[in-house]
Amino acid sequence: MEKEYLQVKGRIFDIQKYSIHDGPGIRTIVFLKGCPLRCKWCCNPESQEREIQTMFTAGKPKIIGRDVPVGEVMDEVMQDRFYYRRSGGGLTLSGGESLMQADFASALLQAAHAMGINTAMESTGFAPFRVIEEKILPHLDIYLMDIKHIDREKHKFFTGVSNELILENARKIAASGQNLVIRVPVIPGFNATESEILEIARFAASLPGVEQLHLLPYHRLGMDKYAGLGRDYSLSSVQPPSNEHMKKLMDTASVTGLRVRIGG
Amino acid sequence: MRHFYDGDIEKSPRIQRLIDHLYAKMPEIEADRAVLLTESYRSTEGEPIITRRAKAFQKICEELPIIIRPEELIVGSNSQAPRGCQVFPEYSYEWLEAEFDTVEKRSADPFYISEETKQRLRSVYPYWKGKTTSELATSYMTKETLTAMEHNIFTPGNYFYNGIGHFTVKYEEVLAIGFEGIAAKAKTALSVCKAGDADYARKSHFLNAVIICCNAAITYAHRYAMLALETAQKETNSQRKMELLKIAENCAQVPGKPARNFYEACQSFWFVQMLLQTESSGHSISPGRFDQYMYPYYEKDIKEGLITREKAQELLDCIWVKLNDLNKVRDAASAEGFAGYSLFQNLIVGGQTEEGEDATNDLSFMCLEAALHVMLPAPSLSIRVWNKTPDELLIKAAKVTRTGIGLPAYYNDEVIIPAMMSRGVTLEDARTYNIIGCVEPQKAGKTDGWHDAAFFNMCRPLEMVFFNGMEGGVQVGPRTGDVTQMKTFNEFYDAYKTQMNYFIELMVNADNAIDVAHAERCPLPFQSSMIDDCIGRGKSLQEGGAVYNFTGPQGFGIANVSDSLYAIKQLVFEEKKVTLAEWKEALADNYGRGFSKQQVESMTTQIVKNLADAGQPVGEREIAAVYQTVANQNISPEKKAKYDQLLEWIDQVPKYGNDIEEADKFARDVAYTYTKPLNQYRNPRGGIFQAGLYPVSANVPLGAQTGATPDGRLANTPIADGIGPASGRDTHGPTAAVNSVAKIDHGIASNGTLLNQKFHPSALSGVEGLQKFCAFIRAFFDQKGMHMQFNVVSRETLLDAQAHPDKYRNLVVRVAGYSALFTTLSKSLQDDIINRTMQGF
Repeated sequence: MEKEYLQVKGRIFDIQKYSIHDGPGIRTIVFLKGCPLRCKWCCNPESQEREIQTMFTAGKPKIIGRDVPVGEVMDEVMQDRFYYRRSGGGLTLSGGESLMQADFASALLQAAHAMGINTAMESTGFAPFRVIEEKILPHLDIYLMDIKHIDREKHKFFTGVSNELILENARKIAASGQNLVIRVPVIPGFNATESEILEIARFAASLPGVEQLHLLPYHRLGMDKYAGLGRDYSLSSVQPPSNEHMKKLMDTASVTGLRVRIGG
Repeated sequence: MRHFYDGDIEKSPRIQRLIDHLYAKMPEIEADRAVLLTESYRSTEGEPIITRRAKAFQKICEELPIIIRPEELIVGSNSQAPRGCQVFPEYSYEWLEAEFDTVEKRSADPFYISEETKQRLRSVYPYWKGKTTSELATSYMTKETLTAMEHNIFTPGNYFYNGIGHFTVKYEEVLAIGFEGIAAKAKTALSVCKAGDADYARKSHFLNAVIICCNAAITYAHRYAMLALETAQKETNSQRKMELLKIAENCAQVPGKPARNFYEACQSFWFVQMLLQTESSGHSISPGRFDQYMYPYYEKDIKEGLITREKAQELLDCIWVKLNDLNKVRDAASAEGFAGYSLFQNLIVGGQTEEGEDATNDLSFMCLEAALHVMLPAPSLSIRVWNKTPDELLIKAAKVTRTGIGLPAYYNDEVIIPAMMSRGVTLEDARTYNIIGCVEPQKAGKTDGWHDAAFFNMCRPLEMVFFNGMEGGVQVGPRTGDVTQMKTFNEFYDAYKTQMNYFIELMVNADNAIDVAHAERCPLPFQSSMIDDCIGRGKSLQEGGAVYNFTGPQGFGIANVSDSLYAIKQLVFEEKKVTLAEWKEALADNYGRGFSKQQVESMTTQIVKNLADAGQPVGEREIAAVYQTVANQNISPEKKAKYDQLLEWIDQVPKYGNDIEEADKFARDVAYTYTKPLNQYRNPRGGIFQAGLYPVSANVPLGAQTGATPDGRLANTPIADGIGPASGRDTHGPTAAVNSVAKIDHGIASNGTLLNQKFHPSALSGVEGLQKFCAFIRAFFDQKGMHMQFNVVSRETLLDAQAHPDKYRNLVVRVAGYSALFTTLSKSLQDDIINRTMQGF
């Protein structure tokens, strides 16, 4: 009999193979559509709306978003099983925010485990903890959690939501014994000062079991997509941080005792 | 667990100075060998050919000018000019004479040639009229074969105009017993020959020829010993004086006598390598498993404290530089196919022992280190990978790949060993294989592989199906019927197979004709002295003296043919969107995209010829009018729109290279249309044919001779590279492309397959990047891929992609986990990525 979780349907907008910066080994990222946050720097703006959209790329319209059952997604993910086996890689869920489709995300992770591959999820944890605890954690090997800022107001201004739930969930996820890695998108003008990064690093270091902090330098590679969606890109004047500055931030964050690195 | 030294080793400052000296000037053509050869031939008229070859080699070894370049530690150059080359009129000469005045100015691999050299060559060329292998080979071919070659269905150009090359000798035997020892073996064999034996005449002359050659090689080395001594006497720098005295001592000892230490082994190896390249003009004379046969000398010297790791590395680096000193001038057309002055001297590290244990040693690592030190194209560095390959060796190799020099190439033991065994090679011999030239596996010292025996353009028979075997008013291929009347896909596919089988047989005819010509006119006794079982059988390699004899011509264009056939199957026979008649017209019109100058000229010639045949007047005015009509290609807007629609439909059909099961299964079957028919043929040396699947870089010049194809590829544009997807057709990233490639049967292509992959440097950054890269290779090999090599995309490539997006439609860049098709990004974002690439992440 066909396993039930293979039938669960959800909405994705991309599958990216040979991903090497999003968890251990060689991975395939499945991007789920829909996100409760509206980060101004988001490099995947087509991920934010839950609805299926049309985006123009290189002058041509492209439908963003499709509804697929887990079984179909896994067929595609498992095409690269040879690479997972050799590298200890597997499936990474990204988005959007996968927690917005928690049943679908749960079924994907469950299927991946049943097929013997490693699971990771890039998420900012913006959902009731019960959902994370019941649906996600039992099937997840690595939680790659975004913490963007400790300051509540600034967080709200740049992402559209307050950070209280996020920080609280981070504590609870850590307390559950989950393998948790904290990632920080480093955005000049938002959180790229030494004191702001240090504050995030201190918070991360206070979480039981957390050993790693990834600083992800801001890039503008998603900028064209805003135009493709008919939207303005408010950060167009922001320059990516220099290598030297990233290095300085890494050194600063390292005083917390965490293993800090630049990039995923 | 075994431990290796995998760290960096300091580069001696001498190495860069040797390189600078080597590359200071454009390489030059020299006449000395051709003159000496001709003088010798003139004095040996009427003697057995094997004796004449040996005496000519002897004269060259005795009289070819010798030189020690500044600061060299390993000596022996067959040209006075750095990277100079000798010429070989016994194979062919007309092309060079015709190109005397252009060879210096051509874009691919130019050579300087002095007026004096031209004069000296002109003085000997008349002697060779009617005496070359090329002329004899032509006379042995059938009319149909010559027609097929004129129409560029296949080209055996390599061996048609030059020596065969493509072998690895028993370097280890020369190191161990010297040429004195090899001559002694020949003498022993001679002593048991009886005058009454049926093969006495041939055998005795061959063995005597071997002895002459062994002595000639020793003479050559002794000339170097004397030169080193004389130079030392004049040398005022005391350190260099000591070096020269040491060189004199080395050359007095080797290669005549056994090498007593690592330094002598290096010098002995080098004399063998450069003299092989002086005996014949064949390329791909491959050093093979250098880390294996040199290791005992290295290990002994290190144990006894006679040499330091740094000094040994310097000697290796010197050999690496010397391998770039050897050169060869090719005709202008071939130079484009082999651009880069390459001699394809393949040197391979790692792999297994005869007993199936891992063979990695410290020298394996030092060979990779040498590549990092010299950063030059030679040797063609390769690494054997199998399940027990130490990860640290693979990581070291990945570090070399990361530099962007395109080396090393990675080979999969797990496919190659069974593939060779399926061709009759023993388990022990298969386990100790090395690679010849580009990608061809061989058992060293026992094989005449004739790898690279021809390029077979698999797209051309497809064109023949559309035009019923006719081209330019000539019946080139069989009449497979009017394509517009074909009712089923199988009917079409069968017609393609009929065309393939026909031309494959003609290619075999061409190769075998050339094979016989080499045996009759250019047997090579020096080379034969170092390959089993020539001495035992008493005949040269060219006459079938080797234990293993193969002929390995390579097919290319699988991706284009497969995508074409699949598109026809879908659009004509399943969806019925277009007819074969319409498609035929679209191909003839190059999908309405205009023609290259070359194509316009050839079409004009054809039309004019037809007019003349029909009795029409054809003066200059008429020709000009025809030319104008063809060049302007007056295609109505309706027709243009129809062609655009067809191209769009073609785009939508699944393509090979995206891990799509139905498209890839098709490609697997298409590859069989070349690999399977070849299995039935035999060569004159008693061996079999075995297929390769790779074009080297001939996919570009040979693509220029190919019309539009049903996969949407335009006329005269390159054919797919290697066994990989057609250009720009793989859009799902490296794993999908590689998974598709792995679905082709590599095992049956025992003459080798070739897969090029492009990577952005960020994919190899940091320790994790290297580890993931190695995992990528291993995962391809788990799926039974045979070979892969990498171009790490440079800043220059990205700039070129910015300027010519059509050439780079599939170029994926990945930055910090973000991945995009480079050419779809806006200019400013492309600039961002270019800047990041420059920073090296």
